[in-house]
Amino acid sequence: MSWCNGAIGVTDAKRLSGGASQETWSFDIAHPDGAIGAILRRAPSGYGAAPGRAAGLNAEAVLMQLAFDAGVPSPKVLHVLKPDDGLGTGFVMQRVAGETIPRKILRDDEFVAARPKLARQCGEILAGIHGLSAASLPQLRCMNAAAEIAELQREIDGFGWPRPVFQLALRWLRDNDPGPSERVTLVHGDFRHGNLMIDPDGVRAVLDWELAHLGDPMEDLGWICVNSWRFGVIDKPVGGFGTYEELFSGYEAASGAAVDVARVKFWEVMGTLRWGVMCVGMMQRFRLGPDHSMERAMIGRRSSETEIDLLRLLAPRGS
Amino acid sequence: MQDEPRPDELVKAVAEFLRNDIVPQISGHAAFKLRVAINALDLVTRQLKLTGESDDAELHGLTMLLGVHGSLEGLNQDLADRIAQGDVDLTTPGVKEHLWQTTLAKLAVDQPNYGAYKREMERKS
Repeated sequence: MSWCNGAIGVTDAKRLSGGASQETWSFDIAHPDGAIGAILRRAPSGYGAAPGRAAGLNAEAVLMQLAFDAGVPSPKVLHVLKPDDGLGTGFVMQRVAGETIPRKILRDDEFVAARPKLARQCGEILAGIHGLSAASLPQLRCMNAAAEIAELQREIDGFGWPRPVFQLALRWLRDNDPGPSERVTLVHGDFRHGNLMIDPDGVRAVLDWELAHLGDPMEDLGWICVNSWRFGVIDKPVGGFGTYEELFSGYEAASGAAVDVARVKFWEVMGTLRWGVMCVGMMQRFRLGPDHSMERAMIGRRSSETEIDLLRLLAPRGS
Repeated sequence: MQDEPRPDELVKAVAEFLRNDIVPQISGHAAFKLRVAINALDLVTRQLKLTGESDDAELHGLTMLLGVHGSLEGLNQDLADRIAQGDVDLTTPGVKEHLWQTTLAKLAVDQPNYGAYKREMERKS
């Protein structure tokens, strides 16, 4: 704990979540001036290499610190793990109070004043993230629509199970690909319920930068509008709490850049299909093990939710 | 031929037992997992009850649409391939209706409380 001046110990350590390759711990740093609430995200030794799409914990730490410095609601990074710490790779950040459970945020009285403000706030926050100076960013993978479509195609073809609605969506994406974006920025990559710490005043922190990459900034605006993140409040497209107009006006006011509505719709379709493919992936991991859990198995049965969402987007009835 | 009770009746009885007698005794992470388990049993019950009819309708729809005979999985693969190749799309007569019908049949088993499904069922009635 040499990195935390005056710290005299650690109390109340408990594991919050995570699989074999990544862990999240909550603990308090005992300090003469009062306890400091902290979160440790780490990958044990031997699990350091980030698989596939993940940016890696070191990149996450840098991004969070940059976001914090730029005034984006973020936990302050307290320490990036070093080999001497003997904890693998990862970082320690300040614990931010608030709620991430969508059902509570969308329904509890505690958040009644926050809800009408959230969509605009999300637009403002995304403007801040997309405005981070490219020169200061860590090494990140660069994605565009065509590469994303090719990746989804490969995964869907590998299912060994026919998915006519997914193929229809892939076809639509290919036919409607708006081409490379003129603006290429940092994209959070997973900006939605679960990764937004919210309190009665609004968004307090953006969490989980694991899927951050460089790409079309409209991707983040489309992703938060995917119906799967509305948690039943389907007439409020932004996270079940707000309208497209609120999100877009917050974004435009804070960034000075115009929202490309057609691109947002394109990424909403892409995101819906992406989540459907992820659900099927959960089912496959359930079958292959080692995590042979019924939660994984049941998430596999949520892929049909994205099929009805895709049909509502691409082939609405009564039209 | 196997005797009664049917599998759906047995699974339903087990789910009811867990819901009524065990849920009140369990808390914490185990309670969360128990809810998932009950949801899974409820899903199995719905599938056992509903898919005989919906599979028949789907097979009939695929046969009409594609003009060939085959298994449910084989014809679905055929449809998926034709959509991927662009030989079949939403302008092909019957395709949109077929995709809607089969998707609603999936949701009736998987997630009948899903918001978008409930909205579409209101439209239907």
